[in-house]
Amino acid sequence: MAKRRLDLTFPPRQATKPITYHLVKDFDLTPNILRAQIQPGQEGRMLLEVSGPREVIDQAVEFLEGEGVAVHAAASDICLDEQQCVVCGLCTAVCRPGALTLDQDSAELVFDKDKCVYCEACVVACPRRAITLTF
Amino acid sequence: MAKSWEEINARIANGEAVVMTAEEFGDIAAEQGVSTAAKQVDVVTTGTFGPMCSSGAFLNFGHSDPPIKMGEITLNDVPASGGLAAVDTYLGATEPSNVRGIEYGGAHVIEDLLRGRAVRLRATGPGTDCYPRTEIDTWVTLEDLNQAYLFNPRNAYQNYAVAVNSGDRTLYTYLGTLLPRLANATYCSAGALSPLLNDPTYRTIGVGTRCFVAGAPGYVAWEGTQHNPHGDRDEHGVPIKPAGTLAVIADLKQADPEFFSAATFTRYGVSCFVGIGVPIPVLDEEIAATLALTDAQLTATVFDYGVQRRSRPALGTVTYAQLRSGQIEIDGVKVPTGPISSLPKARRVAEELKSWITRHRFTIAPPLQQLPQVGAQAFKPLEVRTEEAI
Ligand code: SF4
Ligand code: SF4
Repeated sequence: MAKRRLDLTFPPRQATKPITYHLVKDFDLTPNILRAQIQPGQEGRMLLEVSGPREVIDQAVEFLEGEGVAVHAAASDICLDEQQCVVCGLCTAVCRPGALTLDQDSAELVFDKDKCVYCEACVVACPRRAITLTF
Repeated sequence: MAKSWEEINARIANGEAVVMTAEEFGDIAAEQGVSTAAKQVDVVTTGTFGPMCSSGAFLNFGHSDPPIKMGEITLNDVPASGGLAAVDTYLGATEPSNVRGIEYGGAHVIEDLLRGRAVRLRATGPGTDCYPRTEIDTWVTLEDLNQAYLFNPRNAYQNYAVAVNSGDRTLYTYLGTLLPRLANATYCSAGALSPLLNDPTYRTIGVGTRCFVAGAPGYVAWEGTQHNPHGDRDEHGVPIKPAGTLAVIADLKQADPEFFSAATFTRYGVSCFVGIGVPIPVLDEEIAATLALTDAQLTATVFDYGVQRRSRPALGTVTYAQLRSGQIEIDGVKVPTGPISSLPKARRVAEELKSWITRHRFTIAPPLQQLPQVGAQAFKPLEVRTEEAI
């Protein structure tokens, strides 16, 4: 049995539900949706953990790509290097799920990892390159 | 109750001066009234820590044997100006590396020097009778340099734009990543702590003002480039758009990497965060009234960066208190905000400057020359024209 974290990007009109359905039904995999950001008519993003035999996961990835879903190995962790951070707050302007916010009084950076969807927006926005994703 | 510069300096020299940050002064004024606060306090310290592209350092390397007249110069592969005397250079903060592009630039070289790291200096020269060497490849540290001083032609902008993007694609700007369809707003000022917002008419801040530059004691050297006193002002006389600027100078060897941080704005370029703080004497109630203004009273204008022209449409004004709350409203739409200028660091600058004055008897200096005031030369754009059209 293998476990893999996949970062899926869906084209705007691709429904996400049947995809997980196929993973269970056709491939007998156990998908676990860690995070999903799906809005009608917009590109969707899903962080998925699948467990099953290695070759079957490979086949499932091929199937997903055939359906027009972009599949990448997902980041498994996000790191904030406090030595590099200058607390400018710029990352908070791009973090839509609200994982990165500024404390109302101290204006210090607050990072709530549980809300992170690993979208990488902050990684690109941080002028100090203080945030990194690890795989 | 007016106090003179001399009286205040005498109190600083005796260790008796009452010094507060602009935030603390705002609190006292709110509690006890401006006139009581004006009597009690001698000096108010300000601070800002935001990206300031127009920054850089003059460096002198000393002469090698045999000597070289450096023409093309690089420091850690970042080009520096060869247009000065043989071994002088100006390294601009935004200059990108020949090898790593905007991920490493002039600002990063300056930060490396400040952190005590050796930097690779390579240069070529024409080879002349007095400077026969044509090539050099060596390593230098900040300590090795004869002179190294920051000369930043434009820092400490008096107010700045709030940026939004009404377009339908993400924009990568010097105000950060602007999400399409007004999905976020970014802003860049220390608000109530910002030096020039506390002295909106440049009464006490001018050429020769002693100030805090990247952790070193420095001076206001001149008006900053694009200094523009003319724009719209609110009922307190405070600009509501980008207005005045300062050119500052300070010894790089005394600067502190805590207050100078290189930055890369994705798909835009290199820049650096610089900590600037200016002490403002509480001479009378008039200046106390602007020192007492808080984020709830100071405003900034929202501009649409989705329109990529010199004159971007203004979408109204918001207060810094609203910006700091994390959300503003534009045409009834709630837009999340994020700063670019660090408030915690701005506070550190103002606190540090306060301790310079109270503990180290850092005295203040009246301007030797005023900055251009309203009525001075108008701020001019650059027209694109041919020789015949002149
Ligand atoms: S953008 Fe980078 S430097 Fe700025 S607060 Fe976020 S992590 Fe820190
Ligand atoms: S990757 Fe960064 S921007 Fe995206 S959700 Fe996580 S913390 Fe927020």
